[in-house]
Amino acid sequence: MNGAGSGGKAFITRVSGPVVTAAGMAGAVMYEVVRVGELGLVGEVVRQAGDTATIQVYEDTGMLKPGAPVTCTGAPLSLWLGPGLIGNIYDGVQRPLPALMARGGVWIRKGELADPLDPSRRWDYKPRLKAGQLVTEGQAAGLVRETPMVEHKVMLPPGVNGVVRSASASGTYTINDTLAVIDTPSGPVEIKMLQKWPVRQPRPVRERKRVSEPLVTGQRVIDTFFPIGKGGCACIPGGFGTGKTITQHQLVKWSDAGIIIFIGCGERGNEMTEVLREFPELKDPRTGRPLMERTILIANTSNMPVAAREVSIYTGITMAEYYRDMGFDVAVFADSTSRWAEALREMAARLEEMPAEEGFPASLPSRLAQFYERGGAVTTLGGEAGSVSIVGAVSPPGGDFSEPVTQHTRRFTRVFWSLDTELANARHYPSINWLRSYSDYLEEVEPAWEKLHPGWRVLREEAMVVMQREEHYRQIARLVGPDSLPDSQRLFLFIGGVMRDGFLAQSAFDEADMFCPPEKQAALLGVIMALYRGARDQIKNGAALADISALPCTGEVLQAKTACAGTKELAALESRVREELAGLALSGGEAAS
Amino acid sequence: MTAKDKGLEYVGASRIEGPLVVIDRVRDAGYDELVEIKDSSGRLRLGRVLDISSERAVVQVLEGTDGLSGSTLRARFLGESLKLPVSKGMLGRVFDGLGRPADGGPLPLSGDRRDVNGAPINPVARRYPREFIQTGISAIDGMNAMVRGQKLPIFSGNGLPHDRVCAQLVRQARLPGEKADFSIVFAAMGVKRDVADYFMRDLSRSGALGRVAMFLSLADAPSVERLLTPRAALTLAEHLAFDCGQHVLVVLTDMTNYCESLREVGTARGEIPGRKGYPGYLYSDLASIYERAGRVEGSPGSITQTAILTMPSDDISHPVPDLTGYITEGQIVLDRELFQRGVYPPIAGLPSLSRLMKDGVGKGYTREDHPALASQLFACYAYVKRVRALADIIGEEELGAGDKVYLKFGEAFERRFLSQGEREDRPIGTTLDLGWEMLSLLPRSELHRVNSALLDEHYGKALSGKGG
Repeated sequence: MNGAGSGGKAFITRVSGPVVTAAGMAGAVMYEVVRVGELGLVGEVVRQAGDTATIQVYEDTGMLKPGAPVTCTGAPLSLWLGPGLIGNIYDGVQRPLPALMARGGVWIRKGELADPLDPSRRWDYKPRLKAGQLVTEGQAAGLVRETPMVEHKVMLPPGVNGVVRSASASGTYTINDTLAVIDTPSGPVEIKMLQKWPVRQPRPVRERKRVSEPLVTGQRVIDTFFPIGKGGCACIPGGFGTGKTITQHQLVKWSDAGIIIFIGCGERGNEMTEVLREFPELKDPRTGRPLMERTILIANTSNMPVAAREVSIYTGITMAEYYRDMGFDVAVFADSTSRWAEALREMAARLEEMPAEEGFPASLPSRLAQFYERGGAVTTLGGEAGSVSIVGAVSPPGGDFSEPVTQHTRRFTRVFWSLDTELANARHYPSINWLRSYSDYLEEVEPAWEKLHPGWRVLREEAMVVMQREEHYRQIARLVGPDSLPDSQRLFLFIGGVMRDGFLAQSAFDEADMFCPPEKQAALLGVIMALYRGARDQIKNGAALADISALPCTGEVLQAKTACAGTKELAALESRVREELAGLALSGGEAAS
Repeated sequence: MTAKDKGLEYVGASRIEGPLVVIDRVRDAGYDELVEIKDSSGRLRLGRVLDISSERAVVQVLEGTDGLSGSTLRARFLGESLKLPVSKGMLGRVFDGLGRPADGGPLPLSGDRRDVNGAPINPVARRYPREFIQTGISAIDGMNAMVRGQKLPIFSGNGLPHDRVCAQLVRQARLPGEKADFSIVFAAMGVKRDVADYFMRDLSRSGALGRVAMFLSLADAPSVERLLTPRAALTLAEHLAFDCGQHVLVVLTDMTNYCESLREVGTARGEIPGRKGYPGYLYSDLASIYERAGRVEGSPGSITQTAILTMPSDDISHPVPDLTGYITEGQIVLDRELFQRGVYPPIAGLPSLSRLMKDGVGKGYTREDHPALASQLFACYAYVKRVRALADIIGEEELGAGDKVYLKFGEAFERRFLSQGEREDRPIGTTLDLGWEMLSLLPRSELHRVNSALLDEHYGKALSGKGG
């Protein structure tokens, strides 16, 4: 009945939102990229049945008509990998947003395309290969200084082993120039800076390793209490208004990873803009270089097409694996995986799949598992140590952590930073609840901490116990009033308050406080615990809590996070705390005698 | 869009169900295409294509399906999606929910017709909003400050004075030191005529009607029409802001009604429902509305959005406020308890939040002490809530002396800082001084979030300086 699709060509038979059905697709492969309609909108085959295929389209499908042509590209959705990724900003399917803007202005129009990497840009290349050399996959063919902070390795793609037939000399080359030719058992392979890799397929490694080093974030509540290791996975759930995004931004800014990939997945446009505006101005605390020189941003805001949102997570993780393979520690931040899961749900509903929990597809847990499993510490094909750490934000509807995305994410991550509405309401940031959060990497990161501050583990556990008891007595105080508690119990409310304001709360906007080096964290905790132990002993000896809280050092401890620049000042403060408490005993003793 | 099919008319529908009409064997029609449907009496209604295949088109009738007959209706596919003619001349006019003149005036003169669905703004092309808007309402300016280009909704409940608060906000909003210069685009979805009249009266009283465009899809209009109303309004707003360089304030009321219409259509299509029967794509759909706010490179204009939504049974975790809160940059929450105690505006202290405040206040924007003051007020008020909960159990008399001071602070904060007249336009300086006056009721040693330099400058000063 419809003449437009004659001649064996593929054509559209149905359009329903981002899901398009096409006929004449007998040769199509699952996850193959197709171009749909007159405008050539980018889509991906997600289901096949005989001659017809179901396609999810990454762009707005308005005015797409049955009968319009569909063209197969023969390749799965693949990324361009090569120098030029760092500092760039992409949408979910790796369209470079600055280039799109230069071409099409403020609005993202349908069917607009641009090369993900600039093919005309020339890079300084230093070869590491000589003709006749025996080479294996993952080995560096040469080096490109991508940014002052990133030395980019041009690697032999996975599966390329053989003998170097020819290798280019040092010089400037574009990403499409041939830099070396390798004779492999299956024929000669040209090596270029540009490699393509399918987004949904993990890049191979030689070996997976145990996580052994902490990923330092400079955030006290995280590093000290709920640390994540390099190569670890963390989940950060929080209802709206709990400071999820600010916390994540802090991690993005201050984590000591070599490469940072931030995936803005279905989040606010203005928030992405904030990141885009802020990052070029921010300096890495360790090198003093702009943070953008080690960062890739992926921005697929909530109003951009939902199918592209689904892919954005894979786009980010594939880029992370690529840099990991060069030997970098990469940290991936996904804000928010709930929006990604919702994209899955939306697509599944359009495909009329049978829903499981709360309308999410039954494949949700396995999809989440696949994603988080792409994180980890590894030995790369080239024999280097690299890691991908993943921090996934979760936005549980109604702040209810029993919903499927939070629950399944918990299964596949080993760190749980639980954001708390009550803390956020009191503007206590980061609003990570210290009693409901956990980290399973303590064993792994302990040696590194102990080297920095002997006795760290004991100190940390002591502080945790104090915070637990504080909560216990707070519950009681809520019923009977704090004044009815004896000093030995009110002590915990007092020290708990010092811990909250003087340690756990950390300002993201205060220059002196936004990044706290690990040694300072440990020393600061040491000071507070010294105050706790001293106060506990003195109360046992009959001192009044009111006298202790009136000591000048108490105020100093509260201000120490900003007032003390480093461990030296904190050590001095710690001895003052001891002295003043001891002095208290003296005067107390005299009064008694 | 080929010319030959223009005018091709399809007679009869194979199915009519709720707002949906299914027409068989449609040729050359596109997804989201506009459809004109004529019933036996000759009345025309608009619809759009929700699902199109070679066999059938599912058309959502925007103006109701009552009186349609499957055998006699005639449908014509118009070859394009819904477009709105836009021009500056639309300010001062009233339109229906689909953007057609409803004030008896002529069609706006315009060469520009825009797709009401808009296009996403390239995140790279956005400018970060940071110009403080003074609303003259202390609870907003002092603690949840709004900036130009922000989307800050009002979460309310039935019977709460959200309309009055919103009207006051619209009336008073301006940059400090500048004259009121916002153009206002007002979209009413499923609200009663009284509400629309109230806004119109209020705006005309303040002489603002000439810079207001109203899109009204009132409670008696077909509910599906509402799905287009905010989009039409925002299409005009985008034109005014980004083509004409105006600062536009968009008021959307009531988004809960909008979401209910969306649910209605979803149910009629037999979609798999998500939470509380709302469709699974509610988040994306709301985002396609709320995200049409902000500022962009190359244009001096801005779109600031205030959506009003009523939380069913005051439940902030209901899908509509919940998903809205995830998209908008904060929320102003109205509180029933405050309202019952006669506090106007009853803006809840703790759950209200402005995410963009941090970059629009402080030194160089409002006043250096603003951020610390706001943070301290939040912390103290949060403590007040705890003390009150305790007092409920053990009785006020049993409270420690320190806690009793907080009760006094809490009372003053609600009565004097939060409360103000409906016509009272407080400059930001007054709001901040008032905030310090409140804090000065507490012992200085309780104020941990303000550094000593600021305390020296402001603590206890406001008391003597201003006469209240």
